[in-house]
Amino acid sequence: MATTDAILPEAHDDHDHGHDHAHPSFLAHHFDTPEQQFDSGKLGMWLFLVTEILFFSGMFCAYAIFRNLRPDVFEGCSQFLNTKLGAINTGVLLFSSLTMAWAVRSAQIEDHKTCTGMLAATLSCAMVFLGVKSIEYSHKWDLGLLPPFAYSYDPNAPHHEGISTYLVYMCLPFAIGLIGLVIWFLVSKALGNRFAADVAKPMIVVFAFFFVGVGLGTILESGESKHADVAHAMAAREGAHVDAVHGAVDPSTDSAASAGVHAEANTVSETPVLERLAKDEANTGIRDDLAARERQTTVAGTTVVANETEIAGAIDSVKTEVNTKSRAGVFFAIYYCMTGIHAIHILAGVGVLTWLLVRSVRKDFNRQYFGPVDYVGLYWHIVDLIWIYLFPLLYLIR
Amino acid sequence: MSNPHSHAVAATSTHDAHEGHDPNDFAHPLPVWMLLAVFVALTVLTIITVAQASFDLGSLDVLVTMVIATVKATLVMLFFMHLAFDKPFNLIIFLSSFVFVALFIIFTLTDSQMTSYAFEPVVDEPVTTTATP
Repeated sequence: MATTDAILPEAHDDHDHGHDHAHPSFLAHHFDTPEQQFDSGKLGMWLFLVTEILFFSGMFCAYAIFRNLRPDVFEGCSQFLNTKLGAINTGVLLFSSLTMAWAVRSAQIEDHKTCTGMLAATLSCAMVFLGVKSIEYSHKWDLGLLPPFAYSYDPNAPHHEGISTYLVYMCLPFAIGLIGLVIWFLVSKALGNRFAADVAKPMIVVFAFFFVGVGLGTILESGESKHADVAHAMAAREGAHVDAVHGAVDPSTDSAASAGVHAEANTVSETPVLERLAKDEANTGIRDDLAARERQTTVAGTTVVANETEIAGAIDSVKTEVNTKSRAGVFFAIYYCMTGIHAIHILAGVGVLTWLLVRSVRKDFNRQYFGPVDYVGLYWHIVDLIWIYLFPLLYLIR
Repeated sequence: MSNPHSHAVAATSTHDAHEGHDPNDFAHPLPVWMLLAVFVALTVLTIITVAQASFDLGSLDVLVTMVIATVKATLVMLFFMHLAFDKPFNLIIFLSSFVFVALFIIFTLTDSQMTSYAFEPVVDEPVTTTATP
C-alpha cells in the first residue's frame, strides 16, 4: 500500500515519470502492468492462506487425537453446544461469503455503490456472527464449561439468572464503538464532511448488527433451549443409566446429584409431568419433591441390596467421569481454541473489511485495480471454509 | 505477467479506464446468478448436514458430515474463491497445503496411538461438588 500511496502525487501530475509507458496511480512502481500487480498480490495471498490452513491443521490434529482418545466425551460435551446457534452462524457466514464474492464482482465492474453495500453486508454478517458467539460463550462461562484450568461445571449448581456479566463485557467494546460512530457521524455531518459521513453511516449499521446477533442468540438460547441443552445432556446420561441398571436403584442416593438423577429415572412412568418439569433446574421445589418420592420408594421397596452398589456404582462412575477437567475440560479447551481463534480471524476480517469499506466509499477500485477486495475476499472465504468444518465437527456430534 | 498485451493494457487503462469493456481486461466478474446458485447449494448442504445429525449412522456419521463439508468447501473454493477460473498455479499451491496437512495429521495420529493415554493426568476428580464417590 505504501508504495501505491507514495506514487499517487507524481502519477497524478505526470503520467510519464521516467518509464517507457504510462503508469496509472494505483499501479505500484515496481510493477509493469495492473495484471502483473494483481497476480503477484494474489499469489502472495494464496501463500498466506496456505500458512493459515497449516496453522489451523494443528488444532484439527489436536481435535482428532482427543476425539480418538475419548469419543464418548466429545459426544457428551457436544450436547452443551447449541446446534441451532451453530447452524444460524453457519448460514450467516455463508451469506457473508456470498456478499463478499458479490463485492468483488461489483469492484470489478466498477459499481461502487453496490461494492460499498456488499462490504457493509459482509461486515454486518460478521457482527451477527460475533454477537451470536458472545451469547454462546457467555452462557458456557456462566455454567463453568471452561478449559481444564478453570473447568467448574456443576450440574446441580443453580442456574444463572439475568444478564451475564461476561456478555456485558463482550458487548461493551461494540457499544462504545457504536456510540463513537454515531458521534462521529453527527460531527462530520455538522462539519459538512460528506466522505466521513458516508463512511460512518454504513459502519453504524454494521455495529448495530452486533446487537442484532446478540438478540438473535438470546432468543434462540433462552427459554426451552437454554435449559433443554443442559437437560438434554443430563437426560442422555440418565437414559444410559436407566438402560444399564434396568430400573435397579442405586443405594448411594445420599448425594443430591444421584438423587436428582434417580428421581427422574424412577418416576418416568409414575409422574411424567413432574419429571418433565423437574428437568428445568429452576424448579427446585419439584426436584426436591421427586427426590423425596424416590427416596420413599427406595426405603419402601426391597431394592436396597448391598451387592448392587458395585454394578450401579461402576456404571454411574463411568457416566460421571465425563464431567472432569481432563475429559470435558479438554473438550472445551479444544472448543475454545478452535472457535476462539476462528473468532479472532473474524475480528481481523472486520478490521480489513472496514479498511476496504473506506476505500470503496473513496471509489479507489476499478476494473484494473480491485486486488485488495479480491485478496480480502479470499481471506474471508478461508475463514468461512474453516467454519464449514468446525460446525459439524463440534456441534453435530451425536 | 508475460502477457503480450500487458503494455497495451497499461496504456489503454490509464487513458480510458472508464469506457466500455476492454478486451484486455483481466478481471473476471462472476455472474450474479452463479453466486446465488452457489449460495443456495451451500445452504441446502448445510440443512442436509444438520438434518442428518439426527439420524444414527453409526461410524459412518463422521464420514458423511466430512464428505458434505468437503463438498461445501469445494464449492466455496471453486466459485467464491475463483479457483475454477484462476491460474492453475494458485490451485496447485493451495492443494499442496492439504498434502502437508494430511501428512501431518496421519503421522501424528498413528504416533499418538502409542502415547495418547499419557496425555491425560492420572489423578482426575469429577468437578461436581456433590459428586458420587
